[in-house]
Amino acid sequence: MEKNEKELAQLIQEISGLNPKKCMKCGKCSGACPAFHEMEYHPHQFVDMVDRGDVNRLLESKSIWMCLTCFACVERCPRDVKPANFIEAARLALIRQQGCNHLKDEAVPPLLDEEMPQQAIVSAYRKFKK
Amino acid sequence: MVYSYFPGCTLKNKASDLDLYARKSAEVLGITMEEIEEWQCCGGVYPLGANETAPKLASVRALVAAKEKGQDLLTLCSACHHVLKRVNNDMAENENIRTKANNYMQLEVPYAGETKVVHYLEMLRDVVGFDQLKAKVVNPLKGTKIAAYYGCLLLRPSKVLGFDNPENPKIMEDFIKAIGAEPVIYPYRNECCGGYMAMENKELAKKKSSTVLQSAKENGAECVITACPLCMYNLKVNGGVDDLPVYYFTELLAQALGVK
Repeated sequence: MEKNEKELAQLIQEISGLNPKKCMKCGKCSGACPAFHEMEYHPHQFVDMVDRGDVNRLLESKSIWMCLTCFACVERCPRDVKPANFIEAARLALIRQQGCNHLKDEAVPPLLDEEMPQQAIVSAYRKFKK
Repeated sequence: MVYSYFPGCTLKNKASDLDLYARKSAEVLGITMEEIEEWQCCGGVYPLGANETAPKLASVRALVAAKEKGQDLLTLCSACHHVLKRVNNDMAENENIRTKANNYMQLEVPYAGETKVVHYLEMLRDVVGFDQLKAKVVNPLKGTKIAAYYGCLLLRPSKVLGFDNPENPKIMEDFIKAIGAEPVIYPYRNECCGGYMAMENKELAKKKSSTVLQSAKENGAECVITACPLCMYNLKVNGGVDDLPVYYFTELLAQALGVK
């Protein structure tokens, strides 16, 4: 059954296992984010949108696929909110649904080149599909 | 000192130099690396979802194998190190993950994070010692200006990785000094290279890795060292600076020790 927006936000929180209310909106995470300029919504907004149950536009946005998982936001957060984990939880809420993988198998071969390390492929599979 | 060693999938393929020169150097330094039998891929990335246990089991198996031999677990690849270290931390501190993993694995003695996960650079610093390393150098890389590229996975989150100061690390610079070269400090040494985006969003990887290399070059680097096969790929293929070679730190180590 389709989940409504509140239930989706609840699901993202559950997957993250974390509490978005710890955030004090200082924006350090977004200031540290190396993908900031690629994003429509930024790390501090991700956390806030999950907290307020305003997740439909977040899940539809390309922003959640831009996170490099570099942990700069996690390292620098003064409240140990772990924004990167919320981003991953939002991705998981999507790709755990049938047919909703962000990376499709058939799209992979043209993305490869001779020098690409196994690590890149394994990591992308873990990050973008189930 | 004898270690259990987890090479990881990339070191058996594209990053075979990272592995080869580490092994050769270890012989000179009196370190024995015993590769874990039947190790499995760590998955490349640490699973961040709170309820993900299955993707962590490969790491748990490696950790248990080292525990059974009574050895610390040595790593080389930044990603493997990151994953193994964090899963080990879960097994020590997260009761939910520990219970589920142990229930699944049905070990005679449950595993609770007893193994110590040690990166090769930490081994050089804490077990061999950079002074001792320096004494064993036969071919010092005198005057070579080397930029250490840390990237993300060795440093962050520092509460779990405990590798070095995450904002101003120095272990690789100390390593560079020990092999007789001159470290170059530059602002992007602990910024992301673009990581796994290399495959799915090449433009973003290009932006990130070229920023790193240009910063190293502007600060006078003649070459860059890394411990990560994915950083190596991004810097070399997506970095866009052709006259700044990138090496695995183990290659320069082997060169300095006269075993390359």
